[in-house]
Amino acid sequence: MGNMTQFPDKSKAAPDAERLKDYSWPEDPTHVPEWIYTDEYIAELEQQRIFQGHTWNYCGLEVEVPEPGSYIRSYLGSMPIIVVRDEDGEIRAFENRCAHRGAEFCKSYRGKTESFICPYHQWTYGLDGALISVPFRRGVKGKGGMPKDFDMEANSLRRLNVTTRGGAIFVSAQDDMESFEDYMGPMMLDQFDTVFDGRPLKLLGVHRNILEGNWKLYQENLKDTYHATLLHTYLTTFGLFVASNETFVMTDDTGRHSTTCNRRPEGRPDADETTAEIGSFHSAMQLADPSVLNFVKESDSQWTSNAMTIWPNMILIRQTNIFSARQIVPMGPNKFMLIWCSFGYADDDDEMLQHRLKQNNIFGPGGFIGIDDNEVIKFVSDGTQRGAGRDGVIPLGDDDEGADVVITDRALRGMYSWYRKEMGL
Amino acid sequence: MNVDEIEPQIAEPAALSLADRQRLAFLVEEFNCLYAEALDEGRIADWPGFFTEDGVYKLLARDNAEAGLPLSLMYCAGKGMLKDRAYAIEYTEMFAPRYTKHQISNTRVLGREGDIVTARANYSIFETLVDEPTQILQVGTYHDRFVIDGEKLLLKERCALYDTVCVPICVVFPP
Repeated sequence: MGNMTQFPDKSKAAPDAERLKDYSWPEDPTHVPEWIYTDEYIAELEQQRIFQGHTWNYCGLEVEVPEPGSYIRSYLGSMPIIVVRDEDGEIRAFENRCAHRGAEFCKSYRGKTESFICPYHQWTYGLDGALISVPFRRGVKGKGGMPKDFDMEANSLRRLNVTTRGGAIFVSAQDDMESFEDYMGPMMLDQFDTVFDGRPLKLLGVHRNILEGNWKLYQENLKDTYHATLLHTYLTTFGLFVASNETFVMTDDTGRHSTTCNRRPEGRPDADETTAEIGSFHSAMQLADPSVLNFVKESDSQWTSNAMTIWPNMILIRQTNIFSARQIVPMGPNKFMLIWCSFGYADDDDEMLQHRLKQNNIFGPGGFIGIDDNEVIKFVSDGTQRGAGRDGVIPLGDDDEGADVVITDRALRGMYSWYRKEMGL
Repeated sequence: MNVDEIEPQIAEPAALSLADRQRLAFLVEEFNCLYAEALDEGRIADWPGFFTEDGVYKLLARDNAEAGLPLSLMYCAGKGMLKDRAYAIEYTEMFAPRYTKHQISNTRVLGREGDIVTARANYSIFETLVDEPTQILQVGTYHDRFVIDGEKLLLKERCALYDTVCVPICVVFPP
């Protein structure tokens, strides 16, 4: 079908190989160089080699575009895109940029339409992104207008490769992508399917949030089980995540994806030698309304929480009865947007809907633990931008340890090993 | 839920006499000043006291509300959840020290039915972090239902509907 996506493949080109030689990764595999968080050129290269390279990028849920013509604004990396359901019910995605003068023409969070019209000169595109009409194509009174050989197809919106699984939508700028299933690998796919098990979803809402820091810090945060039990007093105190809980940290064979599975104990954690190490543990704390943390079992999974990081831009969370899909949108080296989509199942009754809405207080930019993470990412970013140069260290645990080791940086080392390959660093 | 449900028009303002409107608007303004002072002075433990026992607090992004999506940035149904939110902020959440300042304006009483007074007001919150310039944290509208007892108002429901959809970093204290 030719070059369906119409995007140049810069992912493997190395026009700047000379320039890259200025960047040398530390020899010690437990060190992470600071410039990957602050450097403009690295950020630009990430767009080419990672986001517009051979990756599947999460961009929304099918339930956000329920009917033909329903669309949302989304992103592929930093690039604004539109995700839409076409007349046949297929999901389509294309760059949110008119082929004519390059305007980012779609400015609504979501909506429903029969076509997309750029307001500048009213170039009109169908739900498949094809250019369908241009005003004054033949000019006025036989004068002016488009050249006779004007190629409508070549002036369509740049279309993206789309795949879906269980209601989640992924896009790629590349045509020659492996299937999403191969991209994930069997172990990660199994965890993914625990949430997206084919049941129709119900959209609860979307949080949008600007974070100050490099986008990779967010991937790191979710792969970092060491912090989860220390920073998040709310999680530890109420037993949602404590180092002594049964926990597995799994990565795929490439190291790019990972998942942390955790089983919450019945009742609250005991004050013991593990909680004694956690300075923030409050054994005296009691909730006035403990029903918020009730766990309604809704899958066969042996885990009560599951935090997945899907390379390069998706965080998929199942915590008790919260489901949330987060999209990381880089905005230069020192800033990123998070689009947090919260959902339940279409057959939830009113009581379950209320329960999920109450429990969602834990996450999001006003969440009991969302606040901790968003703040601490800014702390790291302030340090990298204002401090004297210093590598970060990720020395905890071993690469060949069992999956049941919690106090470890193994998943972070896995991600950076993959990152270096994709970036050519 | 949609925006109309957030702000039901229970009575036209003209249905209340000028004297009633003046009196109620003053009580609401005074209430909002006390509410803002408690939050801006960091007295988060006092915050649940502005609500009735069954009081509801919702902080909603305007785009979600307009699309009929119920997800809140903060949601407390009843005093228990309000107290748990206040306690979590005071004792469990980690955040950089900050000053906040509410500006509450355009206060208008929409109507009164029995002991329920419906009102709205716009709010903006300025936030100042250490060694950083002051920023706008949120701009929005309170859609309120108060229970009135003599001169005493308590919130039965406050929906804070914010225009600042793309939240800068996080909202620590409830607007």
